[in-house]
Amino acid sequence: MKLKLATVALGAVMAAAPAMADLVVPNLSYRTGPYGANGTQYADGFNDYFTLLNERDGGIGGEKIRTPECETAYNTEKGVECYEATKGSGALVYNPLSTGITYQLIPKVAADKIPLYTPGYGRTSAKNGKVFEWVFNAPANYWDGASVAIKYLLDQNGGSLEGKKIALVYHNSAYGKEPIRTLQELGKKHGFTLTELPVDPPGQEQKSQWLQIRRDKPDYVLMWGWGVMNQTAIQEAANIRFPMENFIGTYWSGSEVDVKPVGAGANGYKALTFHGVGMDYPIYEDMKKHVIDPGKASQGGQFVGSVLYSRGMYAGVVIAEAIKKAQELAGTSQITAAQLRDGFEALDITPERLAELGLPDFGPEIKMSCDNHGGSGMARLQQWDASAGKWTLITDFTQPDQDVLDPLILEDSEAYAKEAGISPRC
Amino acid sequence: MFYREAGDFKTSYRDDGQTFPIKLDRWGYYAILAVAFLVVPLVIDSYWANAVLVPFLIYAIAALGLNILTGYAGQVSLGTGGFMAVGAYAVYKLMVAFPGVPIVVHIILAGAITAVVGMLFGLPSLRIKGFYLAVATLAAQFFLVWLFNKVPWFYNYSASGQINAPERTILGWAVTGPATSASAKYLICLCFAVGLAWMARNLTRGSVGRKWMAIRDMDIAAEIIGVNPLTAKLSAFAVSSFFVGIAGALLFSVYLGAAEASEAFGINKSFLVLFMIIIGGLGSIFGSFAGAAFLVLLPVLLKNVLVAQFGWPTDLAAHIELMIVGALIVFFLIVEPHGLARLWALTKEKLRLWPFPH
Repeated sequence: MKLKLATVALGAVMAAAPAMADLVVPNLSYRTGPYGANGTQYADGFNDYFTLLNERDGGIGGEKIRTPECETAYNTEKGVECYEATKGSGALVYNPLSTGITYQLIPKVAADKIPLYTPGYGRTSAKNGKVFEWVFNAPANYWDGASVAIKYLLDQNGGSLEGKKIALVYHNSAYGKEPIRTLQELGKKHGFTLTELPVDPPGQEQKSQWLQIRRDKPDYVLMWGWGVMNQTAIQEAANIRFPMENFIGTYWSGSEVDVKPVGAGANGYKALTFHGVGMDYPIYEDMKKHVIDPGKASQGGQFVGSVLYSRGMYAGVVIAEAIKKAQELAGTSQITAAQLRDGFEALDITPERLAELGLPDFGPEIKMSCDNHGGSGMARLQQWDASAGKWTLITDFTQPDQDVLDPLILEDSEAYAKEAGISPRC
Repeated sequence: MFYREAGDFKTSYRDDGQTFPIKLDRWGYYAILAVAFLVVPLVIDSYWANAVLVPFLIYAIAALGLNILTGYAGQVSLGTGGFMAVGAYAVYKLMVAFPGVPIVVHIILAGAITAVVGMLFGLPSLRIKGFYLAVATLAAQFFLVWLFNKVPWFYNYSASGQINAPERTILGWAVTGPATSASAKYLICLCFAVGLAWMARNLTRGSVGRKWMAIRDMDIAAEIIGVNPLTAKLSAFAVSSFFVGIAGALLFSVYLGAAEASEAFGINKSFLVLFMIIIGGLGSIFGSFAGAAFLVLLPVLLKNVLVAQFGWPTDLAAHIELMIVGALIVFFLIVEPHGLARLWALTKEKLRLWPFPH
């Protein structure tokens, strides 16, 4: 019995090691569990963009791209297993869509020399490429988001937040704790008081937090939530009749799955984003022709155009551009993970290039270098229109307050460098 | 036929009382140890280490610990995840504060710190038992995880509340940190697992273990024959927490390398380890290993078979995998309510008589 099981296991593992012909971009996705509703849309967008490249252009530089999927369920132990299972297949870059898994992988990718691309999540101070050689988090990170949200509130209040009360409802994990330090600093600078309200994951239970909000009556509520926590929070906010236009979610708390269950009550809810939304982009003509109509879309294309689908697609765009750049630099189409890292560092996605890709004004310009792995950090706000059932962009791309962020990033990355014994490069 | 016991005579009490009285079993045990120590480290790759063997060995240690408390001493505990967190944060603080001290010392000290914490949370067991004690240990689970989230001193004031294991070496070989080789990771976990299993086996068949079992079987009777419930129960909590703390320390420092309390050491972990000992067999050393193997290896195996072999979508495979594991748990418990260890014991009885059962 044992022997038989062992042989089956061995066979299964052997079968998992594929041919080394194509470029491999593993998709560590999650389609199950309390975060599955969000993760599945992102994974679809990611897969579909590479399917589009394969179908329309025959891959990148003539090399087909494969995106083998591995289910992590947003769980760090399964994430590690997925990483180990896929890294031997010639994996070029990882995008695990989980801050917890990112923290696990940061030391591992440095040892294995594989880039880690974490757009809008992960470790914020990875922006400092001097310390985090293998990690990239352009176009924007958590602290950028926190700063852009506060900037927006400053605009709304004629430039001053003196004496205002802002509450932060956050996922009690590495992810949710990320913005606290920045918001505290910004609170000192602009004179608002910050109340921190942790919500234990997965976050279906938030009655006490919202009772406190009802009692304290903060002027604004910011939210760092993910998965089932988002819809619960928005529902609770609607229940206590908190004015939705004063409720701002982070990048990951602003998708259709978060607001739709609340119905009309969610009207006016705002969220940060670092890319456009909807299907009014020329790329979707190609997507329809080459991917959706022939029935090659991931899961049948049921989420095309949604916020998280767009974000997964955007991650695909950046990775594809980096691969292209790396191929140019290396002079070969069969690039290695280390060559892809150079491609990321030399990456420059101009607005013209985005328009060429069929995504005009979709994202901010991304320009990375040896010391800047985080791009410009620009983000914008979108607002939910419940009657039309869609998100509308309400601001332009805004620069975060780098005067506050840069010293924080330096401090945090230097602490990591000291802990891990890394001497800064560049 | 498999077991040839003719001529295998015991001439001393010592021979008669040994762990593996049958010669063939003993040889099998030595053979397994030899393969585990001498062959596996040479052929292991990082997938087998990180996805299969290291988690198996670490969970086996945790299951051993809980089995001492629940299986041998009869005290139900739902605080395993919390105690593993104590071990993890203790080893983190020690590693960072005293970088010069060998990591093995830190891991053992982390176990000792967990033992003290475990004894503290074991105090209610002197007054309550059964389900009530389970609820009291559940409180420990939630309190400890909350504590490690709330007090920044435990995670050295890092912005995200994550703890990261720095690199530490034994005889020049890295055993924690990203540069650790697969075999080093595996070997340190194997050493701890074998050492602790040996210790557990000898504790449970000595006077300490007999006191625990007396308390488990009937506490009043045990008290009448002279077993002190205070020392028996608290020693069970201490030894159990020591094991669980070492498992937590290894899980964080060797296996994961980074952790956060609520994600890595939540209530799910407590249930997982409890299921391991129920499926493996309460009050059995072999059962702890079998239960850990069942719940760690089976999901990985199913995932590989369903996704890689059959090419199913990952979400469908994940759901089917849960259903299969759940169905197998129910099946095994119906077939043998005393767990895999009992199933193995019955099989062995049959094998000894085969092919002439009477």
